[in-house]
Amino acid sequence: MSLEKQDVLKIAHLARLALDDNDAEQYQHSLTSVLDLVEQMQSVDTDGVEPLSHPLEAKQRLREDVVTEENRREAFLANAPQTEAGLFLVPKVID
Amino acid sequence: MNWEVVIGLEIHAQLSTQSKLFSGAATSFGAEPNTNTTLVDLGMPGALPVFNKEALRMAVMFGSAVNAEIGMTSVFARKNYFYPDLPKGYQTSQMDHPIVGKGFLDITLDDGTVKRVGITRAHLEEDAGKSLHEDFHGMTGIDLNRSSTPLLEIVSEPDMRSAKEAVAYVKMIHSIVTYLGICDGNMAEGSMRCDINISLRPKGQEEFGTRTEIKNVNSFRFIERAIYTEIERQADILEDGGKIVQETRLYDPDKDETRSMRSKEDANDYRYFPCPDLLPIELTQEYVDDIAANLPELPMQKAERFMSEYKLSEYDAGVLSATRAMADYFEEVAKAAGNAKLAANWVMGELSKYLNTEGKEITESNVSAEQLGGLLVRIGDNTINGNTAKSVLQAMWEGQGSADEIIEAKGLKQVTDTGAIEAMIQGVIEANAAQVEQFRASDEDKQKKMIGFFMGQVMKASQGKANPGVVTPILNKLLKG
Repeated sequence: MSLEKQDVLKIAHLARLALDDNDAEQYQHSLTSVLDLVEQMQSVDTDGVEPLSHPLEAKQRLREDVVTEENRREAFLANAPQTEAGLFLVPKVID
Repeated sequence: MNWEVVIGLEIHAQLSTQSKLFSGAATSFGAEPNTNTTLVDLGMPGALPVFNKEALRMAVMFGSAVNAEIGMTSVFARKNYFYPDLPKGYQTSQMDHPIVGKGFLDITLDDGTVKRVGITRAHLEEDAGKSLHEDFHGMTGIDLNRSSTPLLEIVSEPDMRSAKEAVAYVKMIHSIVTYLGICDGNMAEGSMRCDINISLRPKGQEEFGTRTEIKNVNSFRFIERAIYTEIERQADILEDGGKIVQETRLYDPDKDETRSMRSKEDANDYRYFPCPDLLPIELTQEYVDDIAANLPELPMQKAERFMSEYKLSEYDAGVLSATRAMADYFEEVAKAAGNAKLAANWVMGELSKYLNTEGKEITESNVSAEQLGGLLVRIGDNTINGNTAKSVLQAMWEGQGSADEIIEAKGLKQVTDTGAIEAMIQGVIEANAAQVEQFRASDEDKQKKMIGFFMGQVMKASQGKANPGVVTPILNKLLKG
């Protein structure tokens, strides 16, 4: 299976990665070889094998429903380039 | 052409946990911006989510209540998209292995017929933050208090065929989640939000038409109106030979129209994959059975019990069991009053008038269930009659005290002393000699009609305090001379 350059650019856009034409061509090749490997693996008979969703043979630990955190807003806001009225400010977005 | 509408709903119910789905921050509504946040909610590198036990229990409760298969192994997945109020760049949700699988519930329509609606699935996910587009020097403000708040997304089958059915379904879900106590059901505060999928097809056609999705509708009334508006829009396009574009739309209640959200061509390319930060959740049959066995009484069960235990009509039982708050209030009044039928009449009648006039919920009633029960006790023991009770309720609503205090302060106690009543009736007979003569000359049928006049006069003379049960026999006796 081979990827088109358009596919690479679309994937990059979804991940908000800036690629130039050279990068795109390079990734087109390397991603294609990953997909080739996957294709090869698909010839293995996996009938009756449960898909693995996590490599650890463990199950999720659960937390009691208790509020354990205090308000640390000032410390969090101090990391942001711009804040106002307790809010983080970002470039304007409208739906 | 004759169109049939096909509706499916996705309801987001915010679970009433104390802390967030993946962090120990509080979930309280209305807190100062960004004060209910942690490193996890802010998506800081290296911060890891830990799953809230109570959110899991609530999701399983819901699954049990809608007869659903429970996912004994369920998996969190990442739904990837970029938006400033989603700092991690993905929403932790569930895709292939949701906590709640296929189920169903029954809704009762206005004409009394019962319709079964399929539940496709319900999955746990975290909410995003909030973007504020007011004037921040041309910038957008981000409040992440809501980030990581637990949501249960309940997806229905496309089983509804009218706006009324859709509203009945949403009301039933609302009723179930509030009965279970897993969601406060406050739609105005966004605790329950609804996405509506709508398509039209020619009547009789098997295949579904192209659908649109109306996002984030947050009241029963808006759901109904948004559906009517969208049906009309789609029908107009189809009648003109046009095609429906599959897209996300917003309902604007002020203009009563739906409009397209700026379409992002890759909006739905979420590239889901299992979340490596969270392990699969494994449930035991014992855990699930225990939750199912301990479910609180659900709306339908409660209505049936009201009919058998209190001998209420189906209609009354339906109204009084519609919300858990209403049902609890009614039962408390019934207990305090010792008379369920009387309690039902007053809760649905007089009290509801006051609530409706002021647009209040039963939980915001000026008169508590115990106070109303106290008033009804005084009707039951003949201290006051029904008419006087109405004016006492008004005084109670205005905060003038308990029924007994008001009856005492205003001297409203019913007169049951036969001597005093006989004297009053004697007075009325003397003051209305002409009418009495006419009465005595009439036949029995006519007399029956005329007695009301004398009754009114006696009540007037007693300032409404005479006990009608005592007045009637004496009045009859004295009138007939």
